Amino acid sequence: MIPAAFDYVAPSTVEDAVRALAEAGEDAKVLAGGQSLLPVLRMRLAGPTVIVDLGRIAELRGVREDGDSLVIGAMTTHYDVQRDPLVTEHAALLAVTTNQVADPQVRHRGTFGGSLAHADPAGDLPAPALALDARFVIAGPNGRRTVTAADFFVDFFTTALAADEILVEVQVPKYTGWGAHYEKFNRVAQAWSIVAVAAAVRVEGGTFAEARVGLTNMAATPVRATAVEQALVGQPATAESVRAAAAHAAEGTHPTSDVNSDADFRRHLATVLTSRAVLAAAG
Amino acid sequence: MTTTAEHEIGKARLRKEDARLITGRTRWTDNLTVPGMLHMAILRSPVAHATITRVDTSAARTSPGVLAVYAGADLADEQGSLPCAWPITPDMKAPPAPSLAVDRVNFAGEAVAVVIARTAYEAADAVNAIDVDYEDLPVVLDMRAALADGADLVHPDLGTNKSATWVFDSAAAGTGGDVEQAIADSEIVVRRTFRQQRLVPAFMEPRSILVDPTGPQLTMWSATQIPHILRLMLAMTLGVPEHKVRVIAPDVGGGFGGKLQVTPEEVITFLVARRLDRPVKYTESRSESVQAAHHGRDQIQELTLSARKDGTVTGLKVELLADMGAYLRLVTPGVPILGAFMFNAIYKFPAYHFACTNVFTNKTPTDAYRGAGRPEATFAIERMMDELAAELGVDPMEVRRRNWIRHEEFPFTTVCGLVYDSGNYEAATDKAMELFDYAGLRAEQARRREANDPVQLGLGISTFTEMCGLAPSRVLGSLSYGAGGWEHAAIRMLPTGKVEVVTGSSAHGQGHDTAWSQVVADQLGVPFEDIEIIHGDTMSSPKGMDTYGSRSLTVGAIAVVKAAGKVIDKAMPIAAHLLECSPDDLEFADGKFTVRGTESATSIQDIALAVFAAHDLPDGVEPSLDSEATYDPDNFSFPHGTHLCATEVDTETGAVRIRSYICVDDVGVVVNPLIVEGQVHGGLAQGIAQALFEEAIHDDAGTLTTATFADYLLPSAADLPSFTTDRTETPSTTNPLGVKGVGEAGTIASTPAVVNAVVDAIRHLGVNDVEMPCTPMRVWRAINGRSGDGTDNSTSAAGGGLGSISGGAQ
Repeated sequence: MIPAAFDYVAPSTVEDAVRALAEAGEDAKVLAGGQSLLPVLRMRLAGPTVIVDLGRIAELRGVREDGDSLVIGAMTTHYDVQRDPLVTEHAALLAVTTNQVADPQVRHRGTFGGSLAHADPAGDLPAPALALDARFVIAGPNGRRTVTAADFFVDFFTTALAADEILVEVQVPKYTGWGAHYEKFNRVAQAWSIVAVAAAVRVEGGTFAEARVGLTNMAATPVRATAVEQALVGQPATAESVRAAAAHAAEGTHPTSDVNSDADFRRHLATVLTSRAVLAAAG
Repeated sequence: MTTTAEHEIGKARLRKEDARLITGRTRWTDNLTVPGMLHMAILRSPVAHATITRVDTSAARTSPGVLAVYAGADLADEQGSLPCAWPITPDMKAPPAPSLAVDRVNFAGEAVAVVIARTAYEAADAVNAIDVDYEDLPVVLDMRAALADGADLVHPDLGTNKSATWVFDSAAAGTGGDVEQAIADSEIVVRRTFRQQRLVPAFMEPRSILVDPTGPQLTMWSATQIPHILRLMLAMTLGVPEHKVRVIAPDVGGGFGGKLQVTPEEVITFLVARRLDRPVKYTESRSESVQAAHHGRDQIQELTLSARKDGTVTGLKVELLADMGAYLRLVTPGVPILGAFMFNAIYKFPAYHFACTNVFTNKTPTDAYRGAGRPEATFAIERMMDELAAELGVDPMEVRRRNWIRHEEFPFTTVCGLVYDSGNYEAATDKAMELFDYAGLRAEQARRREANDPVQLGLGISTFTEMCGLAPSRVLGSLSYGAGGWEHAAIRMLPTGKVEVVTGSSAHGQGHDTAWSQVVADQLGVPFEDIEIIHGDTMSSPKGMDTYGSRSLTVGAIAVVKAAGKVIDKAMPIAAHLLECSPDDLEFADGKFTVRGTESATSIQDIALAVFAAHDLPDGVEPSLDSEATYDPDNFSFPHGTHLCATEVDTETGAVRIRSYICVDDVGVVVNPLIVEGQVHGGLAQGIAQALFEEAIHDDAGTLTTATFADYLLPSAADLPSFTTDRTETPSTTNPLGVKGVGEAGTIASTPAVVNAVVDAIRHLGVNDVEMPCTPMRVWRAINGRSGDGTDNSTSAAGGGLGSISGGAQ
């Protein structure tokens, strides 16, 4: 468990970080919280020649309001996201989801942006980011660009980020007053999700006015359960109608099979967990 | 005042060793550094079965900092074969077991080559530069297939994958009836097949070895449970004179049987250090440990139980296949045999037949793991008693009551010929049933079934006993085991009245420093704080059989008691001389020798000082109180208990949640209730983990896909309930302290309690078994009558496993 030798740079600005990446080419890796990268290095499954540590770039940390959106710095730790009053008020789904990421140690070191950029299909944050229509601000040699969540997640562990780009911040529209729940299903507490469902709903007079549902680990990328969302809107917030809508949860998904679950069981779990997530979000 | 007023035995003292163990500011092997020390890294086979056609070490040899690179051929002449000390039958087949593979690898993770470099970093860099060509051989993974005619062979030279078949038959032994007759005559026959999945011992401290060939002896520090056995085995297998080897087990971070081994890594480090004449250290990574350190369990159990309609069991037939893995390690073949005497458990079965066939596969060798044979046996019989109850439509506890040995029937000779010295199953069960609110939970279960609640409740029982305190040497001899089961102790009285206790037990987390101090404080009447326990170094604690099989208190501490008795015997005539009386007039209590009926007294500490001075001793008395004793037990100890588990099964997802877990254990007299409770808690966690979480899984190529703790699921406190533990206390009658072992009890008892509870929750849905571990998918499939297995045993693509990691890296 000893990594191969590498050079280490710790720039203090985004521009310097991008420059360092550009100079290193394909052999560089970005270090955010290190919760996924360090095991990879220690097991020598990756052998970057340069590690660019974003930990000293103050601009990348913190949560702020910007008009109708929240802006979450990519290097904000899970713990800081989870306890941030703005997140709790305007993007409760992110607060309840980060609260379930791994264990307290990981939540204190791991970062919001690092988790999204890693894009593990079983990672917890991509599904709520997708469900909430988050927008990803990316810095590269040619300046900054913004991509939608739908465009950001490309494939297994693959995002729209180029090798010489870093994720700067994530803009999340405000969902003030929405109910939210993240229903995570795993075998032991600190394990990755077998399947998880992120649900945010706005209920008016006992009826679903709006609904956002994202699925974790039901495909190579997070999946938006649009059929469920459409089936919910206009329906009473009752167990019966939620169950009927949740029956559509596995539509359009492409789950994998592994030692914990085959694809069939994942599809089944998606419907059960969607029902539970939406009901809990509806309060 | 030098006496201890209140007894130490029974006191819930905090452990005196914990500050250093918990902070890690102590001598773990990997913390040690000696001058000129080199570091070793091991290249391991990525394939399960192959011929090694070429090993190219040239690039590694020129890598920075490298002093030497060795492949198997370089050590072939001196490495010998790793020892197996338990030839269970005269015709047992045992392949040669090289520490470093020479021309063939037989499991993924087997050591193929080593690099020795100035730093661990340089060694790790260079080991990747070794180039090995493998020519694949057919991989043998499934035990049944391995025994079929024409099967591919793990070791072609042996001509078979069968190592041995070991049989016990009560009719042949004269200890009971004929089981075939019992089955033929029975009113009810229950047949089941259970699988004991393969487990990883998962001790906290990875294995670490440091060998220093400089100095008068060749010294090996190793994170081992067995420094004494290791020294002997190094001498016997490597031909090095025993007196020129010193083995030290410094503080060791857990073992669970996983460090009851003479490992390839120890032998390789020894040979390499000797050849280079430089100190060499090797510390494994967690993934190396999970892959290459021996595994546990892995049996297929076929059971036939016959009974009368009134629930009386008339016979039990057990047919086992036990997976040895690729080689026979120290006690590999004997592990299932340790279970042979426990399938009858606490019951009065009149006829019993046991047959176990040991099978080679291309997997990591198996060997002892907490309970070693007895958890497997207990699981099988406790599951069968539930199945019999279901068959009869009788409450499962009632079926047990009808068959168990009643308190007044002790001592009781079992159908295996063991003599259970003591026990009170009624008392433990009554207490447990009350704590559990058995009747209330049964009522709730009925309500949930009636309401077709998506969450169903199940109650699981395990009324267990086990044989521990290994072991009477004569019994081990009769089982062809390669050594005795005695233990040694010595007591040194220092001039200032402090006491050094030397023990052959070798603690690796059990708390011997504390428990032994409590025992000696009571025996000698000296303060707890004045006692130092010395262990784990063949130079300072020269004799021992080490720690495993819940033997330390029941054998090791009894040797301490015997040695303390000799100290008092030696002090008595000196005390009489100093007090000017006859030894017959003296009584010894609480550290004081008192002339009966007078105030005239002297303390053991005063005598220690007088002996040191030696100015005024009786004629012919040597100036020493120091004493030693070697104790060989007459019998095993038989702890028992009643464990009750309530599980909630989510029928929509198959998820199992343990709602309550109650256990009432009878481990005899308790030296330290806090240590006992800790042992029970840890044991329960491991037993529950087998029931619900842990499984070592190989893919079709024989690669272990659960080689990290991201994939091999260990429960944490968050996954376990708050345990309710209680005790009854029926003293053992076979040792002077009345103690029984407790190290394995929780693990042995808990697994069937949990699985019985899972099955009980969904039995009304047509389920009569769920294979371990009872994962959500297995439970859900059982409920929904789906047996199809679309599970992919290859590495998970997502979710943090190796697959996830490699995916993320590319």
